[in-house]
Amino acid sequence: MIRPHRKHPLWLAYILHRLSGLALAIFLPAHFYVLSLALTAPKDLDGFLHWADKPLVKAVEFGLVFLLAVHFFGGLRLMAFELLTWTKDQKTWAAASVAFAFMVAGSFVLRAI
Amino acid sequence: MSSDTKTLDVSVWRGDSAGGKFERFQVPNQQSQTILDVVVWIQQKIDPTLAYRYACRVGMCGSCAMMVNGEPRWTCRTHVLKVIRDNRIEVAPLRNLPVIKDLATDMDPFFTKWVKAEGVFHPTSSRDDDIVKVNPSSDDRILADAAIECINCAVCYASCDTVQGNPEYLGPAALNRAWTLVNDEKDGKRADILDAVSQRGGCHNCHSQGSCAKFCPNELSPITSIAGLKRETIKSFFKGR
Ligand code: HEM
Ligand code: SF4
Ligand code: SF4
Ligand code: FES
Repeated sequence: MIRPHRKHPLWLAYILHRLSGLALAIFLPAHFYVLSLALTAPKDLDGFLHWADKPLVKAVEFGLVFLLAVHFFGGLRLMAFELLTWTKDQKTWAAASVAFAFMVAGSFVLRAI
Repeated sequence: MSSDTKTLDVSVWRGDSAGGKFERFQVPNQQSQTILDVVVWIQQKIDPTLAYRYACRVGMCGSCAMMVNGEPRWTCRTHVLKVIRDNRIEVAPLRNLPVIKDLATDMDPFFTKWVKAEGVFHPTSSRDDDIVKVNPSSDDRILADAAIECINCAVCYASCDTVQGNPEYLGPAALNRAWTLVNDEKDGKRADILDAVSQRGGCHNCHSQGSCAKFCPNELSPITSIAGLKRETIKSFFKGR
């Protein structure tokens, strides 16, 4: 249950940013490890990529691309708000970050399948 | 939400810094009743030992803030009808501050942080000097005016999860006041203020959750003031001040 003082769009944007940031920090080392296989063990990489073609894995990849995109756009929103004089419409931009992230992650999946 | 029943079911937090629990009271439901009216009624008719704080009853003094159904509010200007849920009201002391007794919190940390943020006016002239004219339509004055009407109620301070997570964080009200002074052409130590708010616990701790602006009863936007401080402190950092 979200406590009453937290039930508003910018708090939800904040928690989304924190959770996506943490998830990325956990995911990226694994990502770089897999990329490094291209140099150290190309056969293993091919096996992995074959495995990664499964629909379920694609769905998970959608989630990862979404997390990166939502963290990216949300981060840009925060930096713009804090560094430029830009005071109104924060909720709209927070919602737009989520929408843009869906778009990016969605087009990734459509290209991948 | 309408409430047709004759009595309200009110839970009031009782206790002190060592701990406590909610106590339930049945309070007559009257027209145009505020949360403060309800608390006063309990103290006058049922339990004279109930501790709480208020002074002006008209939203000027900032002393009556409490948690009402989980949200920080100025109780003298919060109508029962606006917040009641299933005929129930829960009243508790403000979050993020030590409790003295029942609904009265210790405001010391809150005001100590105003001073730490240099949220105090630094005069440049004395009463013997002529009054300096301030142009009300100058850019700086417009920024200061937008944030000036703070009544020190600590509602924003109670709403902020960054305050909760970091005891050193100066909090929205103190930083909001610092921002009005940074834009006050009569203040003599505006660079010192920027210095004070960029220390540990300063404006850069804010995660822009915006609960402060959502709950401020005077519809101020500390989050906007804090963004202003972030900007000005970064500018003065790159200028080497
Ligand atoms: C792609 C460009 C990125 C941008 C524009 C960006 C922007 C930001 C911003 C502005 C914040 C501060 C938010 C706040 O004040 O609460 C932040 C926090 C954070 N970022 Fe990123 N970031 C990016 C990429 C990443 C990546 C790749 C990772 C993972 C390694 C990451 C992990 C985090 C974490 C863990 C936080 C702390 C979250 C918090 O304090 O709530 N970020 N990011
Ligand atoms: S915007 Fe900053 S000061 Fe306001 S509630 Fe959020 S973290 Fe606290
Ligand atoms: S900024 Fe608003 S909520 Fe915070 S102390 Fe001032 S009046 Fe109260
Ligand atoms: S009693 Fe003064 S603001 Fe509520």
